[in-house]
Amino acid sequence: MSGVRVRRRPSAWRRLDAASRYAWPAAFLVFGLLVIGLPLGLPGQAELRPAYAMACVFFWSLYRPSSLPAPIVALSGLLLDLLDMAPLGLWAVLLLILQGATLASRRRLIPQFFLLNWLVFAAYAAAATALAWAAQSILNLSVLPLLPVAAQMLAAAGLYPALAALFIRAHRGPAAAELA
Amino acid sequence: MIRLSVPFRQALSRLTLPVMLMFSLGLVLIGRADQSLAGHLRSGLDDLLAPAYQLVAGPVQTVEHGGGVIGNLFDLEGENEMLRAENAKLLQWQAVALALEAQNDALKASLDYVPQPTPKFFTGDVVADLGGVYARSVLVALPPTGLADQSIVGAIAMDGRGVAGRVVEAGSRSARVLLITDLNSRVPVAIGAAGAPALMAGTNGPDPALLYWAPGQPPAEGAAVLTSAVGGAFPPGLPVGIVHYNAQNDPVVLPLADLDALRLLRLFAYASNEPVLTPIPAAKPGPAAHSPLAAAQRTNH
Repeated sequence: MSGVRVRRRPSAWRRLDAASRYAWPAAFLVFGLLVIGLPLGLPGQAELRPAYAMACVFFWSLYRPSSLPAPIVALSGLLLDLLDMAPLGLWAVLLLILQGATLASRRRLIPQFFLLNWLVFAAYAAAATALAWAAQSILNLSVLPLLPVAAQMLAAAGLYPALAALFIRAHRGPAAAELA
Repeated sequence: MIRLSVPFRQALSRLTLPVMLMFSLGLVLIGRADQSLAGHLRSGLDDLLAPAYQLVAGPVQTVEHGGGVIGNLFDLEGENEMLRAENAKLLQWQAVALALEAQNDALKASLDYVPQPTPKFFTGDVVADLGGVYARSVLVALPPTGLADQSIVGAIAMDGRGVAGRVVEAGSRSARVLLITDLNSRVPVAIGAAGAPALMAGTNGPDPALLYWAPGQPPAEGAAVLTSAVGGAFPPGLPVGIVHYNAQNDPVVLPLADLDALRLLRLFAYASNEPVLTPIPAAKPGPAAHSPLAAAQRTNH
């Protein structure tokens, strides 16, 4: 009996813990987008922001889809558009498409090795980057330079293993099982 | 919490993604239809973010500028040597500048030259580097006072050495400066002593291109590039950069402003009571009545 009661009404700390675990991916995504805006003077900082957003959305949609629901992804995409001076809503659409694609291929990707997931992410990110380039070229009515496209694809592919190493540690927490 | 049946909840969770996708696509359309919406949202967000960025950017710059007091002790000797050499060189230039100033004054006196009034300017910290892949812009935190009476959209941003860009969006606490390297940046310029007209166009790379110069007279390597008053967007004579021929033998401008590491920007707001930069046809009482330039012209008459 007592076990049932504990399950129904967890203590405040436990609920706080669960809530923080639930909110962590979204908070980390938004916070990271803002941190990349700091004037750090890194080369390719502009390319890093969409790459970071794509890596976050791919990883969490793959391993813990419930903690990065579609409205949060759309809002993050909107934030990215506003920070980046991209056309309004463009990255919201692209991140949602990325999430949809990830969720659709989730069952096949989860049992695979990390290397394969990485390759799939690189392919998805390249496709999203190419789409962003095409959409912006059409909206600008001019062919935009291709060098940033390549830089962003490389940034996304290079960033993913580092981010994944960090996220996997967060994902393997004791209270994470029920959220998976 | 509302209790819903399991199938209904599953259907709902499956529907969120398509619904959000439709919503975002709608947003793209709305953003295309109403271009000012994105601007409003962006300046609102910038106003929210600017104080936070300002708080964090200070320490970041301190770290970037070296290891503080202890770190500076180690290279005092070398730095002193360098500063002495630099000081000697600057003193020479000071002499040159004083001579030129005297000559300039004499020439102006003989021409009955009326100096242009200095525009109002604000100095702001560059707190965030918010360029996109195809957009080069920085966020400037504005001082809290002195902006109540006018908008600074269109103000010209200069760092210590040259023109860096223009303000494209401004809220009450922040302004977004579109840099001259941005793809959408077009600055009418005058090249060299003769002031040959050309257009400086941003290319998304570090050095903007020079377009539309007179075909017979290509810009000379090393010539100074100044802003030109053609089109009325810029006042004449602000330093922009230096002509250089790149590997493809196309003339580009090497900007004087240190665009990769902007720290402080001065925003020159040319208010409506400043002299009119371009002549505007006088009789246009209808729609032109709202334009500040037209208003300025009326006061000048």
